[in-house]
Parts: sequence; C-alpha cells; structure tokens
Amino acid sequence: MGKLTWAAIPLDNPIQMGASVFVMLFIGSVLAIVTFKGWWKYLWSEWLTTTDHKHVGVMYVLLALLMLLRGFIDAIMMRSQLAIAAGGAEGYLPPQHYDQIFSAHGTIMIFFMAMPFMVGLMNFVVPLQLGVRDVAFPVLNAVSFWLTATGALLVNMSLVIGEFARTGWLAYPPLSELQFSPGVGVDYYLWSLQIAGVGTLLSGINLVTTILKLRAPGMGYMRMPVFCWTALASNLLIVAAFPILTATLGMLLLDRYIGAHFFTNDGGGNAMLYFNLIWAWGHPEVYILILPAFGVFSEVIATFSGKALFGYRSMVMATMAICILSFMVWLHHFFTMGAGANVNAFFGIMTMIIAIPTGVKVFNWLFTLYGGRIRFEVPVLWAIGFMVTFVIGGLTGVLMAVPPADFVLHNSVFLVAHFHNVIIGGVLFGAMAGYNYWFPKVFGFTLDKRLGQLSFWCWLIGFYVAFMPLYILGLFGMTRRMQHYANTEWQPYLIVAEAGAILILCGILATIAQLVVSIRSRASRRDLTGDPWDGRTLEWSTTSPPPRYNFALMPRVESQDAFAQMKQTGTTGVFPDKYESIELPGNSPNGFVTAFFAVITGFALIWHIWWMAILGILCALLTLLTFGWVERVNVEISGEELARDARARMPKVEPV
Amino acid sequence: MRMHKTCSFHGTSFQSHAASVCGILKPRTLAACGTAVLLASCRRVGVLDPQGPVSAAEKLILFNATGIMLVVVAPVIVLTLAFAWWYRASNKRAKFRPELVYSGSIELVVWAIPAMVVFLLAGVAWIGAHDLDPAAKLHSDAKPLRVEVVSLDWKWLFIYPDLRVASVNQLIVPVGAPIEFALTSATVMNAFFIPQLGTQIYTMPGMTTHLNLLADRAGSYPGLSSHFSGDGFSDMQFMVRALPAAEFAAWFEHTRGGAGVLDALAYRELAKPTKKVESHTYGDVDPMLYEYILQLAAPMAASSPEAK
Repeated sequence: MGKLTWAAIPLDNPIQMGASVFVMLFIGSVLAIVTFKGWWKYLWSEWLTTTDHKHVGVMYVLLALLMLLRGFIDAIMMRSQLAIAAGGAEGYLPPQHYDQIFSAHGTIMIFFMAMPFMVGLMNFVVPLQLGVRDVAFPVLNAVSFWLTATGALLVNMSLVIGEFARTGWLAYPPLSELQFSPGVGVDYYLWSLQIAGVGTLLSGINLVTTILKLRAPGMGYMRMPVFCWTALASNLLIVAAFPILTATLGMLLLDRYIGAHFFTNDGGGNAMLYFNLIWAWGHPEVYILILPAFGVFSEVIATFSGKALFGYRSMVMATMAICILSFMVWLHHFFTMGAGANVNAFFGIMTMIIAIPTGVKVFNWLFTLYGGRIRFEVPVLWAIGFMVTFVIGGLTGVLMAVPPADFVLHNSVFLVAHFHNVIIGGVLFGAMAGYNYWFPKVFGFTLDKRLGQLSFWCWLIGFYVAFMPLYILGLFGMTRRMQHYANTEWQPYLIVAEAGAILILCGILATIAQLVVSIRSRASRRDLTGDPWDGRTLEWSTTSPPPRYNFALMPRVESQDAFAQMKQTGTTGVFPDKYESIELPGNSPNGFVTAFFAVITGFALIWHIWWMAILGILCALLTLLTFGWVERVNVEISGEELARDARARMPKVEPV
Repeated sequence: MRMHKTCSFHGTSFQSHAASVCGILKPRTLAACGTAVLLASCRRVGVLDPQGPVSAAEKLILFNATGIMLVVVAPVIVLTLAFAWWYRASNKRAKFRPELVYSGSIELVVWAIPAMVVFLLAGVAWIGAHDLDPAAKLHSDAKPLRVEVVSLDWKWLFIYPDLRVASVNQLIVPVGAPIEFALTSATVMNAFFIPQLGTQIYTMPGMTTHLNLLADRAGSYPGLSSHFSGDGFSDMQFMVRALPAAEFAAWFEHTRGGAGVLDALAYRELAKPTKKVESHTYGDVDPMLYEYILQLAAPMAASSPEAK
C-alpha cells in the first residue's frame, strides 16, 4: 500500500480527529437520508449525471458554499490561536498543525470556494444571458465540475488520512521540496490542484467557446450583457493561465517524485523560477476571480437603479484592458527578491496602470447610480458595500505597487489585510450579490430579505473589524504566518480581529438561516413572473426556474439590455403558432465516473500506491474513451410538447 | 518606553497614550475599540518609527502615495454613499434620469482622473525604486561595515568578514555607518527584515542578495524573518543593537577575544534545525565560510525538519 499505514490516521491529534469524525458523520447522515428517503434515483438522474448547465452551475455553487464553511473554520481557528498566543504563550495549535491550517485556508478559499462560486455563477447565467440552450460542450461541462469536486475531496481527505501541506497556499520551494517537506502534505496539495486545474481549464475552454460561438440571433458582441463580457475575459485568462499552473506544479511533482532538479537547492535547481511561474498564473488568477464579480455588480447596479449601465463601451474596454494587463504585473509579488531598480519600477508602474481601467469601472457604477431609482434589495446592498470597501483595497494595493513602500509592507499582515480586502470586499461580496440576485431564477422563489440584510451587515462590519487591525499591525512590523509572537502590544488588535471573525461567522449563519427559512416558506415566495427584479437581460425573459431547454423560442436580440427593450416595446410573451422541435444533450455519467477514478488515482499517487494509480488511470481513460465513442444520446423535444409547455408557463408573464 | 512619545502625523502633533489605549481595548464597545485603534496606529513603532535614512524615506513615500490616492478615493466613497442615498427609490425629489447612460465628457473625466493619479504615482514609483534600490550603496562619511547574513533553520547567522567575528540572532552595528549586507540562505528561503531600518530582502540558497541600511540613532531594533520557512519560523527573530562608535569598538574587542570559533565542526552543529536559539557570538570565523555556504559546499547537517 505504498506509504500508507495506520499511522496516517491522526489519532494523537484530538482537534483533527474531532473534525474528521464530524465530517464523516455529516457525510454518513447525508447518505443515510438520501437512502432512507429513496432519493438515489432522483439524485443520479437529475444531478450526478446531469449535463444541464443550470444544474452543473448549482452544484458548483453548493460546493463553494460547503468549502466556504471549511475554509472559514480554518480562519477562525487561526484567529483564535493568534488572539491567545502572545508573549510566551504558545496557544492551542502547535506549529505543525497551525502551518497546515493556514495552507489549507488559502488553498481551499481560492481554489475550492472562490473559483467554484464564480464558475458556478457563470455556468448558470451565461447561456441564459446569451439566449441559448446550453453551453457549447455540455458533457465536458459536467466532467469539469466533477474534476473540481475531486480536488476538493482530496484536500479534505488530508484531514482524515495523513496531513496537508505546511508550506503556505502557493507551496514555494525549496520548502515544498522533498528535502524539507518529506510528508504527503505537499503531494495532497499538488495532486488536488492538478486534477481540479484540468477541470477549470476545460470549463474555461467551454465557456469561451460558448460566448464566442453560441449567441442568440442578433446578439452581436456589443449587445452582450456586461456579465458575459467579464465572463469572456475571465475564461480567456483561465485558458491562458491555467496551463502555466499545471506545468509549474508538474515540475514540482517531478522534483518530488523522480528526483528532478527544477526548483531544488542542489543540482542546478532554482526556486526563483517557481516564483516567476506561479505568479505568471497567480496574478491573472486574481482577475479570473474578480472580473466575473465586476460583471455581477454591473448587472445588479444597473437593474436596481432602473437604468442601463453607464458607459457600456468603456466597461467593455476596461474589462479587456484588465484581461491583457493582468499578465504583465506578476513580478510585483516579489519586489524584495533583489531585482534591479528598472525591473521593479517597470512592474510597479504596470501594476498601477491596471488601476486605471478599474477606476473607470468604479466611476461608471457611480454614474449608473446617479440619476437612478435605486431599490435597496439585498444584491444592491452587497454592491454598494463592495464599492466602498473595494476602493480601500485598491488604494492599499496600489500603495504596495510602489516598490519602496512594498519593501516595508511585503509579507506583513498589511498585505494579508489588503488581499482579504479585495477578495472578501470584491469576490465574496460579488458572489453573495450574484447568489441573492439569481437565486429566484434558479429555484423559482426569492430569498428572505431581512435575513439577507442581516447577513450583509454582519459580513461588512465583520470584515472591517477583522482586517483593519491587521493593516495597523502590518505597519507595526508584524509579519504573516506567525504561530505565536512575543510582542504583547499586538494582542489587543488580534483580539479585535477575532471579534471580527465572529461577526463574519454570524454573517455565514445568517446566510444559512436565510436559505432554510426561504425554503420552508417557498410557497409564499414563488416567483411566477420569471422577472422578480424588473431585470434587463435575457435570463429574466424565461420562467423561474427555466425549463431544461431555457427558451422554447430563441429570443431575437435587437439591442443591448435585450429584455428591457422587449418590455419597452411590448414584445414579450409572443407565442408563435408553431414550435420547432429541439434536441438536447441527454444525461451522461461520464463526469461522475471519471471523477471517481480520478479520486482513486490521486489518492494512490499521493501515497505512492503504484498499482492502484495505474489501475485508476486506466479505468479513467477507459471511461473517457467509452463515453467518447458511444453515440451521443440526445433527447428530442417535439414542437407539440414545447407548445404545450409554453402555454402552461408563459401566460404568467405579464407584458409591461 | 516609546509609548508616550509625541507623534507627528501629517503635520499635526499630538500625544498618544498607547498604554491607556490598550487598557480600553479589551472590553467596552466596538466604537471605543475603533477609536483606540485609530489613535494607537499613530504610535511610533515598526515601519512608522524609522531609525535610518532608508526607512525614513520609505515612510515618507508611504504617506505621500496614500495622500495622493486619498484625494480621489475619499470623494469616491462619499459620492457612492451620497448617490445611493439620494437616488433611493422612495425619494420623490430625486430626478430619475434613465437616459443618462453615456456622456462623452464624463467618460473623458473618468478615464482622465485615474490616469492622472497613476501618472503622478508612477513618478513616485520610478524615482523611489531607483533611489531606494536595496543594492545601492548609501552615502556617508563613515566607514562602511560589511556583514554577511545567512538564514539557517531557524536562526540568523551574521558574519563580519573584515572583523572575523560572527554572531547568532543578534546584530551589533555602529551608529551612522552604512552597513553593506550580503545575504544568502543555507536552507529554505527567508526574508531579512528590520522594520525600523527599512527594506526587507529575500535570502535564497545558492544566491546572494545585497542590501544597504544605516541606523541613525543608537537603540535596539527588532528584526525578523518575513518569509515563512517552516515550523520554527515564528521564533526566527533577532535583535539589532546600534551602538555609538566607541561602544561598538569595545564590543568588537570583547567578542574578538572571546570564546567560540565558527569552524566546520561548529557550523555543522549550528546548521542543525533548532528553534528559539539564544543569541551568542564567535570570536573567530573562517572568512571563506560565507562563500562555502553560497556554493552549497559548507558542511551541512541533515536539514530536513523530520531528521531532527
């Protein structure tokens, strides 16, 4: 069994063991409920084997929410450790455990929370906004999701069997090399990301193709909703950047598995190469996350202001400018490596230049609000909270783009505060705005408003209370990733930060309560119109939830904000006499089965169980080939059925 | 010690009572905490308390750049809140202007404002990056002191090649003399950082980085590793003591005559992974040691943390 022995179960660590038992009880009870209620057939045919972009999107978001919980537990454990580990105190987490926690927190929050959330929103929304029936490659879409889920599963398995990386979320060598990290932690990290990375790349190719090749008749590029533009930019970045990540992690794998010397101290290796490569992926990655969030805010602000987005063409230009510039700034992550003044100055200035299109976006949102008629629904609260918070994060970001300022702020908790400022204030607020905005479209009923507001205020205030003290501590000279610290003057700030984390916990609980309460009272909050917010784009022109085929009749797009224009001209709810029959992709177990073997392969590679790894790879390949060769089972929906369906659904829509 | 010092902040001068501030922080309301945090942030510690020309210049850039950006950022925050409030749907006095979706002149302004700010900041960055290049030597009449820095698991070794002494986790320097650091690592990467003196720089195995710092005033300044390097990282701290020239000479005499020779055997012992190492000195050191370490030819202890 390779390196796997009973010693891999952390029986000596009560915290880890408790977490493992809790996770297994949770999974066990979910499986038990599904079995008891006889939901397996439904689960298998509607979700596990689905190729419907809407269901795939929902599963992505569900994965993201689960991982948000896991990542947040890591976060609050770190905050509690630092609130007590002052002076001579060592706290309750020894370094071996603490180091795993901050590594897992970063890895999970970026790869398995923020990414799936954004990819999930794009998956659900983009085809609907484009007025089409699915993504370009529906089966591949399911495969992408299941590979991402595989990565998430492997990361969480490390909690129960073995250990996770103790190297930080980017696993910098030489620390992550075999010489300094001989355990399986780094291997868990590497294989999870390699497998999930393939999923992300495939999903990127899929969405780029969808946006470029599948749009409703009349929807030229300059009529696409801004969210589709940001999705295009984000997915182009995925296609360009993720291969770099795969190659970089691949080289580290070769170092660890076959004794190569890409990044080792000896044998001519050089860790600087890894720094450059990982950030050549890593900087575009932050824009992969934030660009769709910008898209969500653009939709939300325009919709709830009751007017079209101000400066649409500027927005598109700014988005694409950010897309390109994001590849030219990676060196600002290591100004302190000792590159010359010209190099540092160049990358500092390139970084600042990105602030120009970003600033333009902020001004355009501002002028969308100006002269609007703003309805303060929950999504718009997140959007305004974002605008206020994000510009502060932008300020501290540009500050660190000035090399001499970075020389004293780099790697400090000031930096930690900065990137949480933009990732919570930008990406997470965007995800929550999108979640509240599109939820009625997804499930056909609205979310509870008061609990949604409570969640927003807890998150917003919690963010400021948790991270403003870190800005200050960074200026005091506190560096990141410390497990304890001698200076007791820092402790009050870290206690305040802990209080902030508890407020954020309240925000998360409020979100869960909002979901539970809304589901229980769904009968009274049904969205029968398909357009609960007076939306402007095509996803609101179909019913909530949309039928499997999204649109019985392909919408004809005559302008930007196509649905708003249809409502103005009174051309909604048109019934043709005759419907064309349509073909839809049938279910496919390809993704689920491939992912099953990917889990086995990944696990075997991590533990050096070679026979199992070979078996897993062969089975996965066999699955892909089998399903690849099998004639695609398409489902045909006849014109009569569509007409019947449309009559049943459409009369609820009242033309404005 | 430093807590009741007058703090100068953007031209205004006031007394900050950090000790009492810490007292209020624990219980009380959030509002009190917020105010306390703001007040205390003005206290002069770390990066905010520069003790040399490099850190002083960096602090100035920090404040200048923040000021330049606040000119735009502060109004944007105010306008966001103001527009959101005024144009709320229930406000009948606000004029609804759904047709306002494009305006060439506004577009020009919204591109021009960030562009001008960035143009200004780019100048700050370009000049700052050159003036404060870590490798650039500092101008001073005093004779420079060369120090070779090696990061080990998990302590700092300082070699004075011209004086042939060495110290661990304690860096003694003369006040007013430029210190020319050459830095490397005998293990994983670390970063060498003394917040009150300025600029941090990575230490990397098999490579040398260069850093030039200067302490203007006598005193003790904490230093640390600011790049995560494994389990003992949190205790990878050292103290810098800047001494007047005469005291520095006395320290050197004392150390040079003192016990401890950093030869191959002693280095092998030192290189073993250890945590919370007490500071100590060596009265003699092989002047080629740094070069050996740099060439990865120094006698190494098995340095994986597990081998300990």
